[in-house]
Amino acid sequence: MSTSELAPALAREEATDPFVIARETFTSRLLLGTGGVPSLETLEAAVRTSGTQLVTVALRRVEASTSASMLKVLDRCGVRLLPNTAGCRTAREAVLTARLAREAFGTSWVKLEVIGDEHTLLPDAVELLDAAEQLVADGFTVLAYTTDDPILGRRLADAGCAAVMPLGSPIGSGLGIRNPHNIALLREGVDVPVVLDAGIGTASDAALAMELGCDAVLLASAVTRARDPERMALAMRQAVEGGRLARLAGRIPRRWHAEASTSFEGLPAL
Amino acid sequence: MQVTVNGEDTQLTAGTTVADLVAARSGGHDRVAVALNGDVVPRSSWPETRISPGDALEVLAPTAGG
Repeated sequence: MSTSELAPALAREEATDPFVIARETFTSRLLLGTGGVPSLETLEAAVRTSGTQLVTVALRRVEASTSASMLKVLDRCGVRLLPNTAGCRTAREAVLTARLAREAFGTSWVKLEVIGDEHTLLPDAVELLDAAEQLVADGFTVLAYTTDDPILGRRLADAGCAAVMPLGSPIGSGLGIRNPHNIALLREGVDVPVVLDAGIGTASDAALAMELGCDAVLLASAVTRARDPERMALAMRQAVEGGRLARLAGRIPRRWHAEASTSFEGLPAL
Repeated sequence: MQVTVNGEDTQLTAGTTVADLVAARSGGHDRVAVALNGDVVPRSSWPETRISPGDALEVLAPTAGG
C-alpha cells in the first residue's frame, strides 16, 4: 500500500485518537527535547520530520545560552515550547526556575525535573513531590519527570500534575525501558496522561512505551545524537504511531506453545 | 556600586534599573527572565526596579535542553 493510500486511515486515527494534556489537544504523541542538537539546521529538520507539536527548552545564564535564533527556528516550526527545570536539585530551585520560565516564555506549562545527583540524573522523589505541590498551587500545568515507581506516579497525579513522565532508564543512557512492568503498572494507576521520558535509545523502545499504554513519548538524545537525526526523527515518529496503533488494536496473548494459523482440517494424507 | 550578575562581581552606576541591565546583557534574546536576590522580577516591573549595592542578579535566557 502506498503512503497516499494509507493517508485516510492515518487521518481517521488522528481525528479519533487525540492526545490531550490539560485540555490542550495534540495530534502528535512525540515530544522532542532540543538538548544535544548539533546545529540549527539539524534541529529544524528533526522537528519538522518528527511531526512533534511540543518541544522542550531550558533556561540558563544568558552568556551560556544558545543564540536567540534557536527560538526563531522553533517559532517558525509552529511548535509549542515546554520549558524544563533541568539541573535543579531542590524543590526551591525548581519552583524558582519554573517561575522564571513562566516570565521568559509566557507559559505556565513546565516540565518539572528535580534530580538527585549529576552522576545518575535520577529524580529526587521527595523534592519532586514537594515542588509539584507548590507549582500546582501556583497555577502551573506540571508535567513531572519521575522515576518508574507506580506509587510515586500516583502521588504526583494526586498532587494535581497534568501528566506523569516516568523514565525508561537514565537520561541520555539509551538503555531503553528497564522495567516495562512498572511502566504498565504506573499507567494503570493514574488517570492523567503518562509520557515515557528518558532512556529511549532507538525506535523499538518508543514503540514498546506506546504498547505498554503510555500516551506519548518524550525523547531528545536518541534523535539529536543519532548519526542521522532527521532519519531517526522519522523512525521515532513511525514507532510512536505504530506502538499506539498496536496498543489500540489489542495484541494477541503470549502462549507457551504454538497455535496454528493454518487449519489442520482437510490436511491430505501424503 | 558593586553587585553580582550571573555569579560575577560587576560595577553598575547608581540608579541602574533591571530594564537597563537587561538591555545591556540580553544578547539579542527577547525571552529573558530576571531573578533578584532569589525572587522573580516580573517583566512589567523591570523599568521601576532599581538595583541596590550588594544585590545578586541572575539574567537568564532560553537554551537547548531535554
